[in-house]
Amino acid sequence: MINYALLMIAIGCFAGIAGAILGLGGGIILTPILTLLMGVDIKYAIGASIVAVIATSSGATIAYLRDEVLNLRVAMFLEIATTLGALSGALLTGVIDPKYLYILFGLLLLFSGYNMIRKLITHTELLHRAKPDRLAAKFRLDSSYYDKQMMKKVDYQVEHIPGGLAVMYGAGIASGLLGIGSGAFKVIAMDTVMKMPLKASTSTSNLMMGVTAAASATVYFFNGSIKPEIAVPLALGILVGATIGSRVMQHLSARVIRMVFVPILLYIGIQMFMKGI
Amino acid sequence: MKKPNESVNQEMADVEIIIGKILQIGVIISAAIMLLGLILLIVTGQTGFSANQYPTDFTEIGKGLMTFKPYSIMMLGIFCLILTPILRVVVSIYSFYKEHDMLYVVITSIVLIILMISFVFGILR
Repeated sequence: MINYALLMIAIGCFAGIAGAILGLGGGIILTPILTLLMGVDIKYAIGASIVAVIATSSGATIAYLRDEVLNLRVAMFLEIATTLGALSGALLTGVIDPKYLYILFGLLLLFSGYNMIRKLITHTELLHRAKPDRLAAKFRLDSSYYDKQMMKKVDYQVEHIPGGLAVMYGAGIASGLLGIGSGAFKVIAMDTVMKMPLKASTSTSNLMMGVTAAASATVYFFNGSIKPEIAVPLALGILVGATIGSRVMQHLSARVIRMVFVPILLYIGIQMFMKGI
Repeated sequence: MKKPNESVNQEMADVEIIIGKILQIGVIISAAIMLLGLILLIVTGQTGFSANQYPTDFTEIGKGLMTFKPYSIMMLGIFCLILTPILRVVVSIYSFYKEHDMLYVVITSIVLIILMISFVFGILR
């Protein structure tokens, strides 16, 4: 028992560090480890993953709020689209064939991966424009954060708000209907579509994915998908990992984070696409 | 004179610090409950339930808590953890209100309402 618990804590710790740095839910990392390595039934692995998303989100958000890396206005503004998406996703279960969604979202991930690679090649981490966006100004979304790695304050503008909202709505549908991609699409909406800096995007994604997951978590809680002996040690490990990860992330360069992010993005994209065909 | 952008940033800093503190308390409480349950499980070697059984509704969890059943305590801890993001939204509404940012009071309230609808939907399904 104690060995099993310690192993789960260690796995959680690893997933928490990775999730906090990349702004991903951790389901991507956890589900294969739990099902393939630990022999956990897929039903309980999904239940544990939902708890994992919340643990990563809440653990990491404490530091991201205190150090003002994330953008709370952007988070709450976009959260309308995500929660609406999650709700419609749940309502659409059985109406839409998930096959098409897998293909659509898989392609979107692959396209974003390509965009991110282009950003890596052309060394354009930060965009500076002279003209402010009308919607961003109206909703006061432009902000700044202190980058501990560059040791300077980074001011940034947000653009393409409708596009960002659309991707966020899709992200909500994906997590409500398919139960996946809670973090990846959020990072894409902010980083790729709305041109936010990567660190602001991953930390804001961390705050948001917990809120989105909380809505569906109650379903899993009451239908018995959450097994305490798996979820509890995992969540405890993740809380520790996410606390570490949220500190480490601030000292990494955006470029390094992107280099780790791209292969994971492509991996998820291919996996989703394959599920659809 | 402060530039408008600076006052926005200062306001956000206050809001974020309040939410961060309350979130931290919520996380520590749920972690403490989960840890207590896990330690009890390891020390006693008893789950408090028969093999492959665990509580999934409030009455069962509540009953188990009276007799310190490890699984009941663990499930309570998980439930508290699930509530932390919702707590974050509720506190955000209050903080935006304190900063007289009515636009974001409305936006965040809409988020909370949608969340509540999905919550009820989740329980009913």
